[in-house]
Formats: sequence, C-alpha cells, structure tokens
Amino acid sequence: MPKDASGVLSEIKRTFIQEKLKSGSREDGRKLDEMRKITIDENYVPRAQGSAFVQLGKTKVIVGIKIESGAPFPDTPNLGVMTTNVEMLPMAFPTFEPGPPNEDSIEIARVVDRGIRESKMIDLEKLCIEPGKKVMIVFIDIDVIDFDGNIIDACTMGVVKALSFARYKPDPEGDELPVPINNHPISVTMVKIGNEILCDPNLEEEQMSNARITVTMTEDGNIRAMQKGNIGSFTLSQINEAIQMSERVGNGIREQILGEVR
Amino acid sequence: MGTPSDKKLIDENGLRLDGRGPDELRPIRIRTDVLERADGSAMIEWGGNKIIVAVYGPREAYPKHTQDIERAVIKARYNMAAFSVDERKRPGPDRRSVEISKVISEALTAAVMVEQFPRTQIDVFIEVVQADAGTRIASLTAASVALANAGIPMKDFVVGCTAGKVEGKVVLDLSKEEDNFGQADLPMAVLQKSGEVVLIQMDGELSKEEFDSAVAMIMDATKRIHEIQRNALVEKYQNIEAGGEE
Repeated sequence: MPKDASGVLSEIKRTFIQEKLKSGSREDGRKLDEMRKITIDENYVPRAQGSAFVQLGKTKVIVGIKIESGAPFPDTPNLGVMTTNVEMLPMAFPTFEPGPPNEDSIEIARVVDRGIRESKMIDLEKLCIEPGKKVMIVFIDIDVIDFDGNIIDACTMGVVKALSFARYKPDPEGDELPVPINNHPISVTMVKIGNEILCDPNLEEEQMSNARITVTMTEDGNIRAMQKGNIGSFTLSQINEAIQMSERVGNGIREQILGEVR
Repeated sequence: MGTPSDKKLIDENGLRLDGRGPDELRPIRIRTDVLERADGSAMIEWGGNKIIVAVYGPREAYPKHTQDIERAVIKARYNMAAFSVDERKRPGPDRRSVEISKVISEALTAAVMVEQFPRTQIDVFIEVVQADAGTRIASLTAASVALANAGIPMKDFVVGCTAGKVEGKVVLDLSKEEDNFGQADLPMAVLQKSGEVVLIQMDGELSKEEFDSAVAMIMDATKRIHEIQRNALVEKYQNIEAGGEE
C-alpha cells in the first residue's frame, strides 16, 4: 500500500484482486476464511484497569479500560454500566480528521459495543454496589492508531482480551477484583467482492467491496450481534455462509487470543 | 501547586521516591517507524510516559485560510487517550491540550525549514497513551524525531526536559508525585545545537538562583536526551544498510 493511500484504488489493482479471487485466493496470499496475523500485548497501559495493544495485520488499535463508580441508569438501578468509544485518530490515516466522531466511527463503536453488551460478557449485575445509588461504570476506550481495514474485529478482540485481565476496586480502600465475565464474544467481519465472501478484509478489499457484514458469536455457538454495512446486498445463502464462517474463524481467534486465560 | 502530602519526596540521602539523584533522568527510549500510514512516526517511553507521534506532510494546508504564502504551517495536535490518566479523561480537546498543542507547534516551527514549503501544512499528531508527568516535553522530543523520520528538512533538533523544585531542592525530570506535590515545575525545550530556547513555561515558585540551577540542569540533560534521539534515527538507517527495514 502506498504511503499516500487516498481511498482510490487503481483499475489494475481492482482487476488483479478480482481475478485472484476467482481462483479462490487473495492478493496477500490468504485463503478466503483466513485472518491476518494477530498479535496482542495485554496490559499495554498499566495505568488503565485493563488494556491491550492489538495488531491485526497492519491495523493497530489500543484498548484501555477504566472502571469508576457512579450512578446507574434510572431504568436499570441494579446494573452496572458499560460504554464503548472508538477514536479514529488522525494519525491512523491521511484523510482522517480530528474532531467529533463521524458516522463511520460511531457505527464501529456501536457494533463493537453491541457484541460485548448483547453477549452479556460483563456480568453487570455483579457490578452493582448499592441498588439505585452506586454501580461500577466500565469505560471502554479504543484508540485506532494505524488503519489497514477491519477495525471492528481488531477492537472486539482487544476489548475481550483487555476485559479478561481487567481488575477493579468496588471500594477505594478494599481489594482489587477481576471483572466478572460470563463468556467471550468474537466478531468476524466479512465483505463481499463479486460473489465471494471473505473475512478480515484489508484496506484494499474494504475499498473495493460494496457490502460488509459483521457476525459476533460466543463460544456456545450462538449469534449475539450482527451488522450489515455499506450499500451492497447479500442473499440469504450468503448470510448463512457468513454465519458459518464467523463461527469457524471466530473459534480459531478465541483459541488463539485467550488460550492462556480460559 | 497541589497539596503537601505526608509522603517524603526526598529521603535523608538526597534520593527521590524512585531512587534517582537530583539530576538523574528517568529511563528514556525512542523508536522510529512505529506506524505504517504516517510519513514519519516515533514512539517515546519516558519513565511511565508512553507517547506516539505521527507526522503527515507537507501537504496542502486546509482550510485554505490557514495557508501562509511564505512558509509551511505546523499543526501539532496533542491528545490524551481516555485511559492515559488515573481518572478517565473525557475524549477530545480541552483547554489544556489546546494550549500544549500551540506551544508544541510553535517550538517545532523554530526547527523546521518551513520557508521551503509555502502554502502547506505539516501535521504532527501526538497521542499520549499513558501519562506520567512531563508529557509535553516528551511529546516535543519525540515529535522532532518523527519529523526527521518523515524526511522533513530541519535546521536543528528540538530537545526538551523539565526541572522543578521538590521539598526545597531543585531536581531534574519531575515524576508524577513530584509534579503533583512539588513546589515548582519548569518545562523547557531548546534547539540542540544553538541552545536557543523554543519552549519555556513555569508554574510554582523559584528564586532567581533556583531558576538558574534548574536551567543549568536542563541544558545539561538535553545533551544526554539528544543522544537518545540521534541513536533512534541512526538505528533506523543502520538497519536499512544491513538490508531492509525489518
């Protein structure tokens, strides 16, 4: 990828990627259901209560988790609170601009949030200290520092890793406790190019596809969140293909990143 | 500054909480080329500080009214990650980071040959991943390495360091506790060769004599810090000579 990646893909490159896909392989040599190399450093920011530095191919994100006490939402007085925020930093890509999040980064944050929230990964009931008055608030903040496609999966795996190690103090004077965790959701994002579905798109693949789908699943094989993005469409059988791919690929990711935790 | 604590910041042997002597720096490490997309990048670890700097440009200045027909405009953006400090920081710029961005931009402008690139901007994006006192001068020190890494012509290197006063004694490179509970804080940055001061701020209370000794300590430290900057770049080019960047 040239350093002045402008979002425009040359016709030659586009044709090349399409031709390779016809023979079932990808421009960087991967199979359709193969992730790029995943490297995760846990506890990258010791000042945070949980953190991870994720490299998914050339995409790099830093996840930091802060856990502070605060008031619950009035309609869920017995539940702790979690929030997810993704900062697409201008350092990550030549055309990213500083300022309030745009619709892309809001969508990414919400898809990541939904996967973690809907799987009930964090046991929010256990984060209630005093019903209606005091609960723990889990702030999940993610810095995207280098962008080469598939932010959603990089963020989700970083959050899952960071939460698995995160600790909090319900009482400032008391002991540290591990964050109560029920399961480990993994998101797998796929794009459609031509009629092929491929997972973990790099930047060029993202640029030339017109439909994206993210399927987040837990280890029990249940689907916890889905999101289709971009202007293209999927057939029902392609959606099923995506779900199967998500389960297969997701199990591999879970094994790889959490092998030593579980 | 801050409230006095019951912790003793300097012990009877003159050693500080982290075991340093008065004119000792915390460990500093700088690496270049840490990011793929940026034209130049550097990461600095200075004590517990962890800061990533990316440089983009020179590129057309935008919005257009910010263009200068005589020189490039350096736009530094100092940003703290929400998880970089003890209490979560609300994302986005606050008054403090706007001010720091401004003084960093100005300090770097003094070093870069901005007159060679009229109508352009050079973006310097600074992300403080973990803060541990002295972030602005650590950012500036790393930013000048990132600019060199981007191949931008410069007259000189910018090197920064802080000194301050803790329990009545002048010490170099304040730690977080010393910054919070000390009596003065003096961040300063100079052009390495000429020794010209391109950033100086101070708060707290220093006598003239104390100020002089703080400045002398900083000037001496900048020589040591510059060696680290230089080595970070030399290391990169040695690697290339040895057959590739990886």
